[in-house]
Amino acid sequence: MNTRYSFGGDEHIFVECDEEMSLEAFFKGMSITTALREAKIRGVTEICPANASFQVRFDPDVIAPEAMLSELKALEAAAQAAPSVLETRIIEVPVYYNDPWTHETLMRFRERHQDPTSTDVEYTARINNLDGVDGFVKAHSGAPWFVSMVGFVAGLPFLYQMVDRARQIQSPKYLRPRTDTPRLTVGHGGCFGCIYSVRGAGGYQMFGITPMPIYDPNQTVPYLRDFMCLFKPGDIVKWKPIGREEYDHTVAEVDAGRWMPRIAPVTFSLAEFQKDIDGTNTRIMEALNGH
Amino acid sequence: MAINVIKPGLSTTVQDLGRPGYYHIGIPTSGAMDMLSLAAANLLVGNPAGAAALEAVFMGPELEFTADAMVAVTGADMPPKVDGQEQAGWTAFPVKKGQVLSFGFLKAGARAYIAVSGGIDVPVVLGSRSTYTLGALGGFEGRKLQAGDVLPMAAGSGARSSVSAGRSVPEELRRRPGAPAELRMLPGLYWHRITEAAGERFFEDTWKVAPEADRIGYRFKAGQPLEFVDREQPFGAGSDPSNIVDACYPYGSVQVPGGTEPIVLHRDAVSGGGYFMVGTVISADMDLIGQLQPHTPTRFVKVTMEEALAARRDRKAVLEGIAAALA
Repeated sequence: MNTRYSFGGDEHIFVECDEEMSLEAFFKGMSITTALREAKIRGVTEICPANASFQVRFDPDVIAPEAMLSELKALEAAAQAAPSVLETRIIEVPVYYNDPWTHETLMRFRERHQDPTSTDVEYTARINNLDGVDGFVKAHSGAPWFVSMVGFVAGLPFLYQMVDRARQIQSPKYLRPRTDTPRLTVGHGGCFGCIYSVRGAGGYQMFGITPMPIYDPNQTVPYLRDFMCLFKPGDIVKWKPIGREEYDHTVAEVDAGRWMPRIAPVTFSLAEFQKDIDGTNTRIMEALNGH
Repeated sequence: MAINVIKPGLSTTVQDLGRPGYYHIGIPTSGAMDMLSLAAANLLVGNPAGAAALEAVFMGPELEFTADAMVAVTGADMPPKVDGQEQAGWTAFPVKKGQVLSFGFLKAGARAYIAVSGGIDVPVVLGSRSTYTLGALGGFEGRKLQAGDVLPMAAGSGARSSVSAGRSVPEELRRRPGAPAELRMLPGLYWHRITEAAGERFFEDTWKVAPEADRIGYRFKAGQPLEFVDREQPFGAGSDPSNIVDACYPYGSVQVPGGTEPIVLHRDAVSGGGYFMVGTVISADMDLIGQLQPHTPTRFVKVTMEEALAARRDRKAVLEGIAAALA
């Protein structure tokens, strides 16, 4: 991995941990940004981890750009030496795959899709050699995903599945972006999953919808009262396939202010994961299931 | 103590100096696109430079005051009127209880800043009163103004005794884009993705502001497409040569989807995505973008970090000059 530094104007430093996506590149960014946050350097105003890169915004009236760059390079050297262990949490997210709302939307924008004759799930299953819709749901919901970045719009998580590269689901974005995507659509573009936190434009394939709000600027949803965005980079997500009945029930419970997501603390070690991917994922899921 | 919105204008929002600190979860800073003009309007009416004011795009609102206030309008040249009587821009003027503030047609620039003594008293959300429309956050109910809205004015916002009507910002301190507009840019980020010849043409071409220009970003067209350096696309980046593994976007960063039309991200920026960027417009020139109308001829001017920092000092000197002139 070759770390590349570049100034983004006079207020930002952009750091690319690697050109290509990998869990290792993501972890390198997490380690350096965590160390940077703890270092509490005067003049640093924003620390934004991303998939295989990160970005720092600073006030050049407080810290000179070259001095900021030196601080980051020193932190990179220190982070390389530290073990890649993350104290994080696993969050279960119910998904109603092939739901009527994303289906209505994807039909409306069919002429912007690579394959106008099939749905987004059917298309993605086919190009990834998965056994139809069922095979797709099994692969998508079978192993957990890392929140590798939060952004684009408020609270939107980018997700990277915790499997080896051969098992990564890959799908192109729409040929031309849609002007509409239902709120809480579970989407996918390139090797990244996402949950659309608000309704709006989008180019990712649409696989389903979750009944679980993840962004609430009014902070009336009980689990978003402390903070309006649910996800942070480093969180782990496990999809739980649900049907129409459970979807409707969950929406009603959310509206009544009674529903809470299942969340459990978990420790993730990159070295352990690299040695035994499936074993590590099983252990992470056990944390969620209270074993 | 309120302002009744009779007509909202095209897109009028409450803005201050923004809410830094939440970009890592996708909440942009927001705030006035032309912060220098916002500060000037506030200082004219005796407010702190960062008080909440109204940002009106292309067309002004019509506002009825239910209490006396001192008002100033800066930024775009869009003449303010009190009960139909034209007032000078960049100048403090009184509005009495019951009077209506309206605006003539836009003559130059794009965004007018309307400051009211005491400031607009909407709730502070995550440290700021700025409106972030995409996230329905802050400002007045998280959206642009509508007819019938009642905007709270801060208590005791009546004209401050120390502020006299008629004082104005000296002409030489009213910063505006030139013709063509020039946006100074520090090349970098993914600049290496385009060929040397494409890089040269990028700075030689005169671009034009496209109709898709808003608080999220300004799109430019009419320049030549950029040619890419050949490479095998990295894993996770997507197949188009303009794609990268989704990354953070700096404020002011210049992305060029498909290599055709550059987009400069602004105060309501999407915080990240999968398009490569050729560099970043320097902090000193972000205000100017907020005053560009569609079709404005615009050139990107290559600068070094030293030049960017010098420009930042010059901008600060303008702000200090305005503060000194109105002290």
